[in-house]
Amino acid sequence: MALDLAYTPAQQRFRSEVRDWLAAHVPQAPLATLESEAGFAQHREWERTLAMGNYGMITWPAEYGGRGANLIDWLIFEEEYYRARAPLRVNQNGIFLLGPTLMEFGTAAQKARYLPKMAAGEEIWAQAWSEPQAGSDLAALRATAVRDGDSYVLRGHKIWSSRAAFADWAFGIFRTDPASERHRGLTFMLVPLRHPGVRVRGIRQIHGEPGFAEIFFEDARVPLDHRLGDEGQGWHIAMATAGFERGLMLRSPARFQVAAQRLIDLWRSHGAEADPALLGRVAQGWMDAQAYALNTYRTASRLMAGGSIGVEASLNKIFWSELDLDLHRTAMSLLGARAELVSAGAPGPADDWLEGFLFSLAGPIYAGTNEIQRNVIAERLLELPRA
Amino acid sequence: MDFTFTEEQTMMAAALRELATDLCTPAVLRQRFEGAEGGAEERWQRLAELGLFGVLAPLAAGGMGLTDADFVLLAEEAGRAALPEPFAEQAAVALPVLARCGADREVADLLPRLASGTARIAVAHPRNPLVNVPPSPTHWLLCSQGRLALATADGVQAVERSSVDAGRRIVEVSAAGEAGRALAQGTRADALGAEVLARGAIYAAAQCLGLTARMLDIASSYVRERNQFGRPVGSYQAVKHHLASVAVKLEFARPVVYAAATCAAGTDPGSLAAASHAKLAATDAAELAARTAIQVHGAMGYSWELDLHFYMKRAWALSGAWGDRSFHARRMQRLLLEGALPLGPDHTFAFSA
Ligand SMILES: Cc1cc2nc3c(=O)[nH]c(=O)nc-3n(C[C@H](O)[C@H](O)[C@H](O)COP(=O)(O)OP(=O)(O)OC[C@H]3O[C@@H](n4cnc5c(N)ncnc54)[C@H](O)[C@@H]3O)c2cc1C
Repeated sequence: MALDLAYTPAQQRFRSEVRDWLAAHVPQAPLATLESEAGFAQHREWERTLAMGNYGMITWPAEYGGRGANLIDWLIFEEEYYRARAPLRVNQNGIFLLGPTLMEFGTAAQKARYLPKMAAGEEIWAQAWSEPQAGSDLAALRATAVRDGDSYVLRGHKIWSSRAAFADWAFGIFRTDPASERHRGLTFMLVPLRHPGVRVRGIRQIHGEPGFAEIFFEDARVPLDHRLGDEGQGWHIAMATAGFERGLMLRSPARFQVAAQRLIDLWRSHGAEADPALLGRVAQGWMDAQAYALNTYRTASRLMAGGSIGVEASLNKIFWSELDLDLHRTAMSLLGARAELVSAGAPGPADDWLEGFLFSLAGPIYAGTNEIQRNVIAERLLELPRA
Repeated sequence: MDFTFTEEQTMMAAALRELATDLCTPAVLRQRFEGAEGGAEERWQRLAELGLFGVLAPLAAGGMGLTDADFVLLAEEAGRAALPEPFAEQAAVALPVLARCGADREVADLLPRLASGTARIAVAHPRNPLVNVPPSPTHWLLCSQGRLALATADGVQAVERSSVDAGRRIVEVSAAGEAGRALAQGTRADALGAEVLARGAIYAAAQCLGLTARMLDIASSYVRERNQFGRPVGSYQAVKHHLASVAVKLEFARPVVYAAATCAAGTDPGSLAAASHAKLAATDAAELAARTAIQVHGAMGYSWELDLHFYMKRAWALSGAWGDRSFHARRMQRLLLEGALPLGPDHTFAFSA
């Protein structure tokens, strides 16, 4: 029977199993920020704990550290994860983006080498696409990986790489054919960050911490097996990775459902004094989070039935990023005169609306700006002519 | 847990789309807008021949005995075509609710006739004061506080009204609380009336999805063809971004309406929230589509000659029907604050399926 929106008994059992495990293991005190060396280490430690419970990345096959769970189970896991206010996933670039890409394009040796360590939180990955002159127009990138005997020699400058300040590895695309232009001649590379010829410099974000970094490649040599896929295939593989990012996994609905619930609580404590129109925005926030959750189940069901994600990824990315912005703008309005204060909400970093507000401003920029996503929707879904 | 439709479900919707392509063309809608009958009788017959009035009717009443999950795509198709007749009101609002009163002799006799389309029913509810009536109606289902009644067509006083959406034929009923014969009273009548309202809202929402898709199609084809400054206006980013925003709204209204259909019969807080959410999300999408579609057409969009206005006007009309924005928004706010609706990420499906 289709359009069957009830969980099976097995799914309910899985939920309570996850709930019990998280209740026993999620650290009582919030971890230090991911954007400090100490906080990064604490988050790594948490990943090891998750891996010991076999919860590192449940959708992966057992041989790579997963449980072979399906996407509905994954959504249930995420719901419980956010419900338990568990820590941010420091290895999300690895498990959500590079992982699926490796499964699709990697050799058996590469999968065996990288995936289990990723699931176990032993190796943390950063994404290195953007360059100073190649942001939205990624195909303008200039960094090169020139083959020299049994290695590639990397040169160039990547920037805005999240978590790279403390991560171990980065993945990105480089020109293996220096004479090539635009989408041709690009190759997908896996690069160690603590390596001769690789220099990482943290960039302070709007809140003051080094949340992203620039990476300088100064004749860094890596072996040939650090290439994913074939030479020249880089653009194609990168677009698959970007699809994973915008598509299903980057932003779990549960994250926004928790925020919407907290916003309702904030209305309960601040509503008496508030502009009544803000209640409409609070309710809209809940409805949009709910809509995003329902649509994610729809996408997961479609994928499980053999479908794929195409332009839906762009629709998704716009929706969650604008939802996040709306939720936080409404919270800031409710907090009113005290909104500017750091930790104006209830105590604890999870209730810091200001921090969430600042981060929500980045949502429409990273993972491909919303302007670019609207172009993609217009051209691919609505078949409007290119400029 | 499976949030996809079966092939049977999509095929049934495709059959309705085919019917509409023949019998509910923009040319036909134009005739309706000029006051003509515009093939209403023939459309009703064809819907009946396909058995579509009986989708939700019990097998014993000659129906298909299917569920709301099987009906929702049909309502969406009806919206895409701006089908003038109250097809969803008969098949998916009145019929399933009357089926709960099947112990009544008159109702038991009426059900097979509703399922086959030989009887034609109009539905009045305090939240739906302007009633879209079928061609040559035979019956009325009347909801009022503490009373659910069945009446024959001549037993109800109704005044014709003219709507901006001249595609439908609407009337306003007076003294609905006294007409006909009561099938239920008191709390039972109110529970049935609540289901009538939820169903009306959900299927109006489903029609708004279809209308949104239709307006987006019309606008997209127009901007692909229309040239200014030497190139198609659809190549300009301002135009692209307007239309892309409509596509986003539509994508995220769809699952809300589909989920609401699976609990159309529920009166628990989760089901009520689902119905209100569906109505709000789908009418917001349709209103944005209307507003955007007229804008990207320029003056052409403001003309009677272009077909677009038939669909825009239906969207505006449905947005006020079966509980308007204020009703559903306030009900939603109440549900969110009262505490009876479970909130949080583990309660996405907090409605009785
Ligand atoms: C918090 C954060 C984390 C990030 N993490 C990473 C990371 O881990 N790895 C990584 O590689 N990058 C990362 N980025 C960079 C991100 O991918 C880029 O910021 C993004 O692709 C936009 O590029 P840009 O910043 O150069 O902006 P630009 O491309 O210069 O754009 C500036 C403005 O112009 C608009 N614009 C540009 N071109 C068009 C067009 N054709 N049509 C319409 N409007 C246009 C943009 O939408 C934007 O509003 C991150 C960014 C942020 C904010």
